[in-house]
Amino acid sequence: MTDHDREEVATSAPEGDPWAVLRRATRARVALGRAGDGLPTARELEFRAAHAAARDAVHTALDADRVRAALTAAGVGLDVLEVHSAAPDRTTYLQRPDLGRRLAPGTELPAGEHDLALVVADGLSPRAVHEHAAGTVAAVLERLPGWSVAPVVLAHQGRVALGDPVGQALGAAIVVVLVGERPGLSSADSLGLYLTHGPRPGRADSERNCISNVRPPHGLGYAQAADTLVALLQASRQLGASGVVLKDEGTALGS
Amino acid sequence: MTIRRTTLGGHTHEFASLSDLLAKATPARSGDVLAGIAAESQAQRVAAQLVLADVPLATFLTEQVVGYDEDDVTRLVLDTHDPLAFAPVAALTVGEFRDWLLARAAERDETAISSLARGLTPEMVAAVSKLMRTADLVAVARRTRVVTGFRSTLGLPGRMASRLQPNHPTDDPVGVTASILDGLLHGSGDAVIGINPATDSPAQTVALLELVDAVIGRYEIPTQSCVLAHVTTTLRALEAGAPVDLVFASIAGTQAGNRGFGITLDQLAEARAGALALGRGTVGRQVTYFETGQGSALSADAHRGVDGRAVDQQTLECRAYAVARHFDPLLVNTVVGFIGPEYLYDGKQVVRAGLEDHFCGKLLGLPMGVDVCYTNHTDVDGDDTDALLLLLGAAGCAFVIAVPGSDDVMLHYQSLSFTDVLTARSVLDLRPAPEFEAWLARMDLLDDTGRVRDLAPDSVPARALLAAARP
Repeated sequence: MTDHDREEVATSAPEGDPWAVLRRATRARVALGRAGDGLPTARELEFRAAHAAARDAVHTALDADRVRAALTAAGVGLDVLEVHSAAPDRTTYLQRPDLGRRLAPGTELPAGEHDLALVVADGLSPRAVHEHAAGTVAAVLERLPGWSVAPVVLAHQGRVALGDPVGQALGAAIVVVLVGERPGLSSADSLGLYLTHGPRPGRADSERNCISNVRPPHGLGYAQAADTLVALLQASRQLGASGVVLKDEGTALGS
Repeated sequence: MTIRRTTLGGHTHEFASLSDLLAKATPARSGDVLAGIAAESQAQRVAAQLVLADVPLATFLTEQVVGYDEDDVTRLVLDTHDPLAFAPVAALTVGEFRDWLLARAAERDETAISSLARGLTPEMVAAVSKLMRTADLVAVARRTRVVTGFRSTLGLPGRMASRLQPNHPTDDPVGVTASILDGLLHGSGDAVIGINPATDSPAQTVALLELVDAVIGRYEIPTQSCVLAHVTTTLRALEAGAPVDLVFASIAGTQAGNRGFGITLDQLAEARAGALALGRGTVGRQVTYFETGQGSALSADAHRGVDGRAVDQQTLECRAYAVARHFDPLLVNTVVGFIGPEYLYDGKQVVRAGLEDHFCGKLLGLPMGVDVCYTNHTDVDGDDTDALLLLLGAAGCAFVIAVPGSDDVMLHYQSLSFTDVLTARSVLDLRPAPEFEAWLARMDLLDDTGRVRDLAPDSVPARALLAAARP
């Protein structure tokens, strides 16, 4: 049973159920009932289903062909390149965040001069990339006429900071990493967007700006996320920086 | 720097420093691999344990893993060390100390074990834990007594309390109240009703403090509230005259780690004094609450000590307990599975770490609880948390954390459920804090055997509590 289903159950509670008003105010799993001192079977299995979906989202392999096809279908005409991080597999990736931030030895990318590079990385939810990366990329590109954008880079076993060596190699002034976020019990497909000005290895997290929870229809929509990101991109280009300093400026942008 | 070595199976193992020895002797965990200091083979790990077993406890008073001059946690530990409390074990090695603890535990000599606390340093306690197996950690912790109080008394034998954690993604007052009432109806909340606020603003913190204070006041619940805001925010709330029961901080085992959390020891002292001055406790005057977790120093790149050598995450965790101890806490808990698989990879590592943290905290004199929890990218599930919970119950854990249906909808991780707490109490014959248990009885929430009743939502006692949702 999904969260959405739970809400429907809650709102259809009989009149006079003192829990009805409380359930409407929270997605927390309140008033599940009991079987002895434990949970009733249905509630227990509902929880396991949500956990299983989140676990599977973490361990799904990134399907590059699927993302390429989705980009094409969304009208993205840019070339698509593929890279691997220095983490050879999922087990290593989960235990060695440092490897997920570096490119596999011998990786070559075409050097150029671009306003922007877009890196699509599996992160902790390849499922989020499968479902939301193409729609987000298309919405962002629509809003950036006149910007020179490097080929889209699909990254396997990638973390946010993998955008630093990729953006640097491509010669991009700004890199945006679209990455699958750590799945929650009710949000296994959430995509995050991280903007870094002047990408190079060693950038601190405080030098990035983040838009989280891109996940229509439950979370942020593509257009809404792209509007916010483009406002940040323009401010970042103007300021020649990103991160905390841009966030402070950003309050004037209303973003 | 003393180089220590031993020969095992015809191979000589050398350990370049005390921190190297401690790291290599540590049972396997991903965080030490990430830091590049874990044992490289099973044999090397046991060789380190053999060497560590022969290190005199007194060595830890003269040889540091994090330098005295560079680090205020080390200064705190050494400057407040109590030689009289240390005297009963001062002549022992780490291995002999393990044997001594197991013997006293078997004799049920709680006084002998518990009165050591001020004489032990974090490194001594970390060292002995590395030689202990699961059952050793349980057996000794069970006979270590630490009792604290504010409006409820925690840590008494045969009792296990819970922190009711009613988090909500937007701090919605009705949503928070729903989770509080669900927890109370399940007999949870005797350790604290503690909220992680969605935003760390003074106004929000004051609003949440007033909300919980109103629930506690309306039903005269013998428990305490806490909004786990940054200590600087709590200081602002105190200035604003908000009903602050407990001052909270996340703490680490190095000065650099605490800087990463944005706290100083002076700030903690100031906030504690502010809460103490309010005099809101009834059965006790402990007004601080701390959370810790293995890996927090490493994640902030604050895990280095003497000569820039990395220190293992479990030793650093114990050093955080020395910080907590200094501020006479009501509650301390490790958030054991929260930090992720790069520090504790799977159920085996999380269960081991939870028991180590509980044992070490208690031995150092802390009212120790555990957030038995996991994230979705860690290889942990409900079977693992059940095992850890029941082991902690057997070990005399002061409290655990519980959220509705195990699902924290704000922090996006899984902790224990209210029913898990009921199960552990039932299986191990544990009861809530005495004042809270009496309150549950007054509210007609217990049956004749003292068990929390399974009430229909429209039953009289349930309706009486749920009325709080419509102030």
